[in-house]
Amino acid sequence: MKSKLLNSVAVMSVVASGAVFSSASTASADELTLCWAAWDPANALVELSKEFEAQSGHKMSFEFVPWPNFADRMLNELNSGGKLCDLLIGDSQWIGGAAENGQFVKLNDFFEKEGIKMDDFLPATVTGYAEWPKNTPNYYALPAYADVVGWTYRKDWFERPEIAQEFKEKYGRDLAVPATLEELQEVGEFFQGREIDGKTVYGAAIYTERGSEGITMGVTNVLYNYGFQYDNPDKPYELEGFVNSEGAIQGLELYKKLYETATPPGASDAYMSANIDAYKSGQVAMQMNFAFIWPGVEADPNVGGGKSGYFANPAGPAGQFAQLGGQGISVVANSDSKDAALEYIKWFAQEEVQQKWWDVGGASAMRSVVEAPGFADSQPFAQTFLDSMAIVKDFWAEPAYASLLLATQERVHNYVVAGQGTAKEALDGLVEDWNEIFEDEGKK
Amino acid sequence: MDRAARATPPPVAKQIKGLSDRAIAWIFVAPTIIILLAINIFPLIWTIYLSFTNYAVNRPNRDVSFVGLRNYERILSDEGTWATMQATAHFLIWTIVIQVLIGFTLAYLINKKFRGNDLWTTIIVFPMMLSPAVVGNFWTFLYQPQIGLFNYVVSFFTGADPSSFSMIASVDLAPWAIIIVDTWMWTPFVMLICLAGLRSIPDSIYEAAECDRASKWRQFWTITIPMILPFLMLAVLFRGIENFKMFDLVVQLTGGGPGNTTTLTSIDLKREAFEKWRTGFSSAYAVILFVTVFGLASIYVKALNKVKAR
Repeated sequence: MKSKLLNSVAVMSVVASGAVFSSASTASADELTLCWAAWDPANALVELSKEFEAQSGHKMSFEFVPWPNFADRMLNELNSGGKLCDLLIGDSQWIGGAAENGQFVKLNDFFEKEGIKMDDFLPATVTGYAEWPKNTPNYYALPAYADVVGWTYRKDWFERPEIAQEFKEKYGRDLAVPATLEELQEVGEFFQGREIDGKTVYGAAIYTERGSEGITMGVTNVLYNYGFQYDNPDKPYELEGFVNSEGAIQGLELYKKLYETATPPGASDAYMSANIDAYKSGQVAMQMNFAFIWPGVEADPNVGGGKSGYFANPAGPAGQFAQLGGQGISVVANSDSKDAALEYIKWFAQEEVQQKWWDVGGASAMRSVVEAPGFADSQPFAQTFLDSMAIVKDFWAEPAYASLLLATQERVHNYVVAGQGTAKEALDGLVEDWNEIFEDEGKK
Repeated sequence: MDRAARATPPPVAKQIKGLSDRAIAWIFVAPTIIILLAINIFPLIWTIYLSFTNYAVNRPNRDVSFVGLRNYERILSDEGTWATMQATAHFLIWTIVIQVLIGFTLAYLINKKFRGNDLWTTIIVFPMMLSPAVVGNFWTFLYQPQIGLFNYVVSFFTGADPSSFSMIASVDLAPWAIIIVDTWMWTPFVMLICLAGLRSIPDSIYEAAECDRASKWRQFWTITIPMILPFLMLAVLFRGIENFKMFDLVVQLTGGGPGNTTTLTSIDLKREAFEKWRTGFSSAYAVILFVTVFGLASIYVKALNKVKAR
């Protein structure tokens, strides 16, 4: 009887301990979904995250959406209160809306508790990807992927003596990396329609896309350098004379000239992937694109291995700036696994993980990684990446950013690609649109 | 009770005590009415309500205020909206005209008895079996200035350099680029409707006309056209409604560009509602479009009924 009792107790203990173990493991091992755009860095992050899975016991799954549909899909998800994503690497411009609408978890307390310091990251990425309101210490994301618009060029073509000589005869200077945007336009025009290795090639692949954000991400690289400002620095939301300044008008005219004189036929709706294709297939001498493509260019059998060079966006009369890309990683407020998602951010913020992130093809925004001795020589494009990150500016990150962006898309595309009206009319129209939006927002 | 009487079911009301036949009828109809109210009528009323507000679905924390007719005023006084309406009208009119002409001609030819008739019918209807997204995608390749087949065919006949023009990138050509693709895809549909109409005309009428020594030309205008007219009008109605809603094909082909040259109303509405997130504004836009289409369709259906009654 005693032994029967003991056996029963033992069995019950085993069952009970099993139940406790299983409930404990259920509580600690969550299934996390990370949402991001479908592009090369996302694949690198999948590889990197295996380490997190092994360490934490959480299972990671990923939802990657192609860029043209990324904003639509993810903003729909956030606005509908969906639970698809626990972690979201969202575009920098979403931060205002997501913060004000309570869609992202505010991370200040978490950062403080875990000793994560924003000073450890490149200042431009903290402002661009994490803060809302801008330039205030309110953080809704950890800088995850540092990116910026820069240029890729066919170094092998630039170095050909017959091409270099012809260029010098025509323009009276050496064919080299353009120092100004005007020089860039001339180089583009020089290559336009040229025969190289029996193929007709063209000057430059630039952003012209109308549907999402393409042409805005392109034209701002010229506008900034010609004096365009989003508003009066002393009086926020005062646009007249800043958005449509004389310099901005000249900059917009230059972008149109670049489109008309240096782009391949039919490049009227080109964004990241179209430009990559044009460049890798040997159609163009230069390519405007975000820095994320550079590892892929370097590895490409046609244009990699020393055939390509990289340069930061050239200067204009009003200075040298480049359009900020990249994203921060945020915890979605609607997630049922917020603790596990925060664990992921804690893991991702470690210096050695950030170093691995750069090594596998990501782009760390951590200063100790990018400012480390030897970083500039770690890749052929690393110095250009650093130079470019030092001159970034970003688009509005207001809650009404989508309306602001689409108004820009429409005004700029209609002028540059469709040839409607003048540059002044386009920018005056943009001021009108933006004023209307800010009035609706109660900010004017 | 005899067998016949037992086989006849008693009135339902007798089986369910206290309910009249009318009540039982309502019970059966009620689910349909409730679903209809929930998914059709309520959203319509809700949309009308939203059209008078500044509501934005992506801004749940913002106060919603009543703005009266402001959204309607903005839409109707906006040059961009009118440009979009013009682009839609251009697309609608030309696709219908061309598709009816070619569709009827094809139906007329296919209706003749010849060898391989069925095979040709199958080949002709093939494009409409494809997904619009697929069609849009592969036509972007056909229209590609440097490698596209379309440009090479045009070049073959005209001698122009294939890369000297771009169907999709040119402001002048893009509206025609979408018309060509829609025509390629949907002319077979018009052809099938016309074919059904042609085959419904009894041979005896033509035989009687032959006896009266009517020429083929006269038979065509006095028998074929009047008898097929209701079918043609039906085809116009179907294509008109479909092309007013056109979205996927054009988005894949041109994305509404260059500029706004191929931005049709459905594309514009989607941008306002789900890209700019101006829910109140886009609701007003949707109401205006609904009233326009409903009004036009009602007039057209009345005309169609008159033709059928003749």
